Amino acid sequence: MSTVEARRRRAPVWPTLVLLVGAVYCLIPVYWLVAASTKSAGELYTTFTLAPSFTGGLAENFTGLMAFNDGAFLRWSLNSVIFSGGGALLGTLVAAGAGYGLAKYRFRGKTLVFNFLLIGVLIPGVILAIPQYLLLSRIGIAGTYWSVLLPCMISPFSIYLARIYASAVVPKELLEAGRLDGANEWRIFRSIAIFPMVPGLITVFLLQFVGIWNNFLLPYIMLSRTETYPLTVGFFSMMNQGTDQPNVYNLVIIGCLLAIIPLILLFLFLQRYWRLDLVSGSLKG
Amino acid sequence: MASQITEPHTTDTSPSSTLTRSRTSHGRRTSLEPRLAPWLFVAPALLLAAGLLAAPLLYTLWLSFQGRRVTGSGLGVSSQVFVGVENYARTLASGALLGGIGRMLVYALIAVPVTMLLALLFALLLDHASTRFGRFSRISIFVPYAVPGVIAALMWGFMYLPGVSPIRAAFIALGMSPPDLMGQGSIFFAIANITIWGTVGFNMVILYTSLRGLPAELFEAARIDGCNERQLALRIKLPLIVPGIILTGLFAIIGALQVFSEPNTIMTLTNSIGSDWVPMMLVYRDAFVTNDLYGASATAVVITLITLVASLGMLKILQKRAFGEDS
Repeated sequence: MSTVEARRRRAPVWPTLVLLVGAVYCLIPVYWLVAASTKSAGELYTTFTLAPSFTGGLAENFTGLMAFNDGAFLRWSLNSVIFSGGGALLGTLVAAGAGYGLAKYRFRGKTLVFNFLLIGVLIPGVILAIPQYLLLSRIGIAGTYWSVLLPCMISPFSIYLARIYASAVVPKELLEAGRLDGANEWRIFRSIAIFPMVPGLITVFLLQFVGIWNNFLLPYIMLSRTETYPLTVGFFSMMNQGTDQPNVYNLVIIGCLLAIIPLILLFLFLQRYWRLDLVSGSLKG
Repeated sequence: MASQITEPHTTDTSPSSTLTRSRTSHGRRTSLEPRLAPWLFVAPALLLAAGLLAAPLLYTLWLSFQGRRVTGSGLGVSSQVFVGVENYARTLASGALLGGIGRMLVYALIAVPVTMLLALLFALLLDHASTRFGRFSRISIFVPYAVPGVIAALMWGFMYLPGVSPIRAAFIALGMSPPDLMGQGSIFFAIANITIWGTVGFNMVILYTSLRGLPAELFEAARIDGCNERQLALRIKLPLIVPGIILTGLFAIIGALQVFSEPNTIMTLTNSIGSDWVPMMLVYRDAFVTNDLYGASATAVVITLITLVASLGMLKILQKRAFGEDS
């Protein structure tokens, strides 16, 4: 430690300064959102933009948001949780099975299967979403929760990560021991192989959760009734109404703030469960 | 990778497989490996991929060669018929697609290099021996990853908007005339900035994780040999994380080719963005606003081909790197 301290004393301060400038750049819009959410409709344009207001604008905006369209904000929040939580959970299970199957078995056509699954990474979302909408409306589920959940269940990138992880952490010997004891393949997976995979699967779940939470296009195309919207589509629809609602900017501003706070907190608390070495490819087997 | 799969395992000498071999009559350890089980494990993914990835893609391809024509004896009944490459000729000739691709490229040429360079700079600085408050900076720069693109676009949109913009306020406070942050030219920087803000942290963390995975003894040895921190970063660390840089860089490029939410949201705040600003917005408009599904499909196929070409290299690199050690 003493050599590190000695080096630090001689060392330049600019690396620290550059990083702090980066941190300020990333936090300023969030701070602006906090300040703006405290302003009433009149104050938004008349008071200094980075100075918060304490004249009751915050409470006014909050009650305005809660009352907007009979509590649409809470409904949209719940929908976002359903889509992200449900989609990520189902998607992670699908990816776990496929990743394990691809990593731990040798079978004919394995390369073909994997390449087929990976193609999805390369196809732009909007290009898939439009025909997905057409096909799902043909079987009558466009506009329902399933029309968003089903496409979220197949995540090629998650399968790719699950395969890397299963390959690195599930020992072949363990599986063979299970087979010698007469366990069938499903039982081996369920009661032996899945456990070492859990830390990697949590990362896959979190990545998918954030991906679906941040997704705009798929629900925007699939859903038509406002009560099924997630937050992203909800805010966009508020902005699109424009001047119908006089204080719509105030409501969108406080809504955005309330929408990002839980996710930022979730990130901070779940930090140690993120195994991003999985993504960077530096996983040690 | 293919050779790994087809080659019989003759070099495996782990104790359990020796045990397996001795107990089976053929002396081949594959005899205990089931044939059906792997298919059952990949079946859900395969079914979903077939229904929700392959089928929509083929459907788009099919639609792109279809069109509406009035048929029969002039009663004005139109039906869907095969029209060859007509939709492609139309979309390529209209100029909207080429204009959109041009704007997308200008945006990407700003967003991708700046994101990557900043992410790399931040990652190397976080790993720099003299850096203080590293944890605070790392978490702060990562925070925008938690903000959906639509919300990020709205936040920055307000930050650009005359009347509430702190950036314009700063210019006014310094006695200068404030720039139009969402003008015809500045809009490219405005949109690129939203992307950079939203993605630099995630890329930084990926690269930083790569750096943390490098052996520390290597750095100590280099330092003892008289290597300073800058040389260490540029000559030793940087070459070792090239695979991570390629991976994040290619994801950034794919993201740029697909940009939609940010300009589509900023469109509600300015007239500088038309409904065909980037190719994805054009596809959306043609499919859902002007109801030209066939033209939209042809445009979609063209964009898909561009994306495929741009990202096939990624697949090759990823596969070579990641799956050398599968059993």
